Amino acid sequence: MFENLSHYALQQYWWVLISVLAALFVFLTFVQGGQTLIYSVGKTEGEKTILLNTLGRKWEFTFTTLVTFGGAFFASFPLFYATSFGGAYWVWLLILAAFIVQAVAYEFRMKPANFLGAKTYEIFLVVNGLLGTLLIGTAVGTFFNGAEFSLNEMNQVLWQNPARGLEAVLTFHNVALGLAVFFLARILGLLYFIFTVDHEAIVSRSRKQLLYNTIPFLVFFLWFVVWLLLKEGFAVHSETGEVFMEKYKYLHNLLQMPLVLVFFLVGVVGVLWGIISTIFMKSGKGFWFAGTGTVLTVFAFFIIAGFNNTSFYPSLSDLQSSLTIQNASSSKFTLTVMSYVSLMIPFVFAYIVYFWKAMNRKKVTEEEMSEESHVY
Amino acid sequence: MVEIADLSLVNWSRAQFALTAMYHWLFVPLTLGITFIIAFMETLYVKTGNEEWKRVTKFWMTLFGINFAIGVATGIILEFEFGTNWSSYSWFVGDIFGAPLAIEGILAFFMESTFIAIMFFGWNKVSKKTHLLATWLTAIGANLSALWILVANGWMQKPVGMVFNPETARNEMQNFWDVLFSQVAVDKWLHATSSGFVLASVFVIGVSSWFILKKRELLLAKKSILIASVFGLVSSLYLIMTGDNSTRTIANDQPMKFAAIEGLYNGSEGAGLVAVGLFSTSETDPNNENLKDFSMKIEIPNFLSYMAFLDWNAFVPGIHDLIDGNEKYGYMPAVEKIERGKVAISKLFDFKEAQKAGNKELANTLKAELTSEDFQNNYFKYFGYGYFEDPNDLIPSVPLTFYSFHLMVGLGFLFVLLFAFAFYYVIKGSFTEKRGFLRFAIIAVPLAYLASQAGWIVAEVGRQPWVVQDLMPTMAGVTRISAGSVQTTFWLFAVLFTILLIAELKIMFRQIKIGPKH
Ligand code: HDD
Ligand code: HEM
Ligand code: HEM
Repeated sequence: MFENLSHYALQQYWWVLISVLAALFVFLTFVQGGQTLIYSVGKTEGEKTILLNTLGRKWEFTFTTLVTFGGAFFASFPLFYATSFGGAYWVWLLILAAFIVQAVAYEFRMKPANFLGAKTYEIFLVVNGLLGTLLIGTAVGTFFNGAEFSLNEMNQVLWQNPARGLEAVLTFHNVALGLAVFFLARILGLLYFIFTVDHEAIVSRSRKQLLYNTIPFLVFFLWFVVWLLLKEGFAVHSETGEVFMEKYKYLHNLLQMPLVLVFFLVGVVGVLWGIISTIFMKSGKGFWFAGTGTVLTVFAFFIIAGFNNTSFYPSLSDLQSSLTIQNASSSKFTLTVMSYVSLMIPFVFAYIVYFWKAMNRKKVTEEEMSEESHVY
Repeated sequence: MVEIADLSLVNWSRAQFALTAMYHWLFVPLTLGITFIIAFMETLYVKTGNEEWKRVTKFWMTLFGINFAIGVATGIILEFEFGTNWSSYSWFVGDIFGAPLAIEGILAFFMESTFIAIMFFGWNKVSKKTHLLATWLTAIGANLSALWILVANGWMQKPVGMVFNPETARNEMQNFWDVLFSQVAVDKWLHATSSGFVLASVFVIGVSSWFILKKRELLLAKKSILIASVFGLVSSLYLIMTGDNSTRTIANDQPMKFAAIEGLYNGSEGAGLVAVGLFSTSETDPNNENLKDFSMKIEIPNFLSYMAFLDWNAFVPGIHDLIDGNEKYGYMPAVEKIERGKVAISKLFDFKEAQKAGNKELANTLKAELTSEDFQNNYFKYFGYGYFEDPNDLIPSVPLTFYSFHLMVGLGFLFVLLFAFAFYYVIKGSFTEKRGFLRFAIIAVPLAYLASQAGWIVAEVGRQPWVVQDLMPTMAGVTRISAGSVQTTFWLFAVLFTILLIAELKIMFRQIKIGPKH
């Protein structure tokens, strides 16, 4: 079945899958967002324990999605993997360090003789929540603003800036996306608390925090979107593959792919509705609206970065080194094999959803913390 | 023609990869084995309804949880390091290598992380049977993740199922099944997972022995030893068998690695196996410091020929045969391979030049030549050799691989005895009196870790200087970045992982001391 698709169709299929993984990842950063709020929402030890256990049962999903995102990117667009990870070395290593410390923090925090003390592990979680979201958002910003690299005839990456990727923070547009992701993660974290925790003080503090985080989120998000739609973009000539600058490229992409525009608009409305219904109508289900909205919005961003003859990883140093889903992809054969593997994804997704529901059937309460045999 | 990356960059990058991989491998084998041991225990609990089995299960689960967290923490860095530190390699092999990594994420890691959450938090939320299923699936998921990464590693030891595409300057997959069912990959998976079973069994017996010495938790200790000794005994025999298979595969595919692990300088028919050996400080060959004389060795005649080729009189090539060539047995001298490699590289560059200059006709001719079967088999096969000048650079460190290999094998046989005695004593009920044996069982735990690390040194150091056997030397795979940056991240990870390891060990020891909950 996949054998009959053209190489280009397979490349598009895989870009869609990468976009889905990215979208799910951003949604799942509610764990990271929540981690940065343990002190402002949890005032007593007991409350903090509830929050950390609520998040602690989900952190593996976010982490594994990141890992799978990396693996899938490697398999489908290896030139991106080589160029961006090898090139923007410092950004990626900082991101990884922030996830390394997260992985041990939950399990080790409350264990006796943990060497560093509970406080240190909490700091690890805050660092992960802050750097993990901020830097990933900033790095994704370079999908639209470009990075300073060139490729030689053997496709080896030569990075042109000694800051090895950290220079991305000098472009405010990148940082705006990073900050938007950061505040969005916090919003999702708060909505998740409200959705799952049965504890009055936690819920009411979360509601209050929700308002404080929504304002900066809107500012940075709108800044990012407005600039994105007004800026020049990196277009690819459909026949020669030549890369050139096009005015309002991303706006054009949205208009030329109406379905993506719909996703985008529905997504934004979903996020806003999730927030508004929680703040003003005391709904407890805002998490699902905002979550679905996040997935749709991020998905739309990734599609306009790579589809419709656009370079998804543009080079500022040598325009023709820019990566497109066509020149960065795996061979047709590999994409075909991987596409068969991708047929397992719905199945994996189904069992995750099934067991997630089984585990979330009851709300998290104070009593549970004292009854459970395994508490973080 | 080919730029050679700066040597200190290559060395720091290698050091960083080795450091992070060895840290990861400190935690992985316990996960691979103990999840099965826990699954056996929980199965007994569900079958018999005996609450004591539940207590036993939960105790080992706690230790597993501590180990798992740090295993995951050290794993994520490895995946991304291919991109960050080996980016030229990532492009050169990405078309083949990326696939197993992606499959690992989709099929194995999600399985592990979904069911592990149920294993730890689901006792009061799902039914007994569902919980048991989750425990089994965690064990299977962990071992499946090992499969995919070892398929990737196996391909680097013996590249199969692909063809080089001059247009993109990389290898492209042609047959997925060849990659998946490559003998090397299968051997590696079976051997590495069973080494995890052995290590976990030694761990469980060691910890239980400590309880017995302290006269605590006798029931828990005996039940645990019973399970672990049976599982360990079966696994260790199987481990030796799979190790033996690996050896034969290496003899065929990586003769230089084989010669190095056996310390064989001069090949011969009916070659003897050096069972025990010590190197002196003097060199047999003044040109290569890796070739040290033996100062002492115990040799079993003809055994090596049999082990390698199942024929007591077969010819086994030594390092000199592989470097200087051996006409009688058909080994090409290394200088010849280097020449042919240079021909392959320069033809590729001519093609690239022609393409750049827009000379379509020349480019097409060159492409046809490059992809012709004759050229592939006689020249391209030696592509990686073209990066070298001195044939002596093709020899890995003999003492390191030799000692690591012999240590691993020796310990492998020792563990069989350990399990056999443990089983015997626990059946006879005389365990509590055997204080000497109990102490030995505790000491065996670090030895199991040592054997396990040694195995990877054999596999990885033994294949140097190749990152992809015969096609890409390690020095060509590295990311162009300042050596100082890599040095900085090396120390960053060295410090971070060491701190986390200390924390993990302290927590682990404390949890053992606290013992199971009542
Ligand atoms: C508890 C650990 C342990 C023990 C007791 C053994 N091994 Fe092992 N061995 C490993 C743990 C290990 C490993 C860490 O899992 C390796 C590293 C790479 C791999 O695939 O498995 C390995 C690799 C490895 C290799 C190299 C494979 C390659 O280069 O691709 C060989 C030839 C053997 N082993 C052979 C043996 C034999 C003949 C043993 C007989 C007793 C033995 N091992 C015991
Ligand atoms: C987890 C256990 C592993 C250990 C302990 C280990 C150990 C090592 C060591 C010691 C080196 C340095 C070799 C030298 O400097 O001579 C190395 C290098 C390397 N290994 Fe492994 N390795 C492991 C797993 C893997 C796996 C599974 C892969 C591939 C999937 C892999 C790929 C590499 C690469 C790319 C390098 C760098 C290039 C090189 O020096 O060969 N390693 N590893
Ligand atoms: C260079 C090669 C390797 C890479 C890139 C790698 C990558 C990873 C990653 C990213 C994780 C975290 C997954 C999660 O999100 O849960 C992980 C964990 C794990 N890996 Fe590795 N890995 C390597 C070598 C190995 C080897 C050689 C084995 C087994 C033979 C192995 C078995 C496991 C297992 C069982 C886990 C689960 C966590 C644990 O350690 O307890 N890995 N690995």
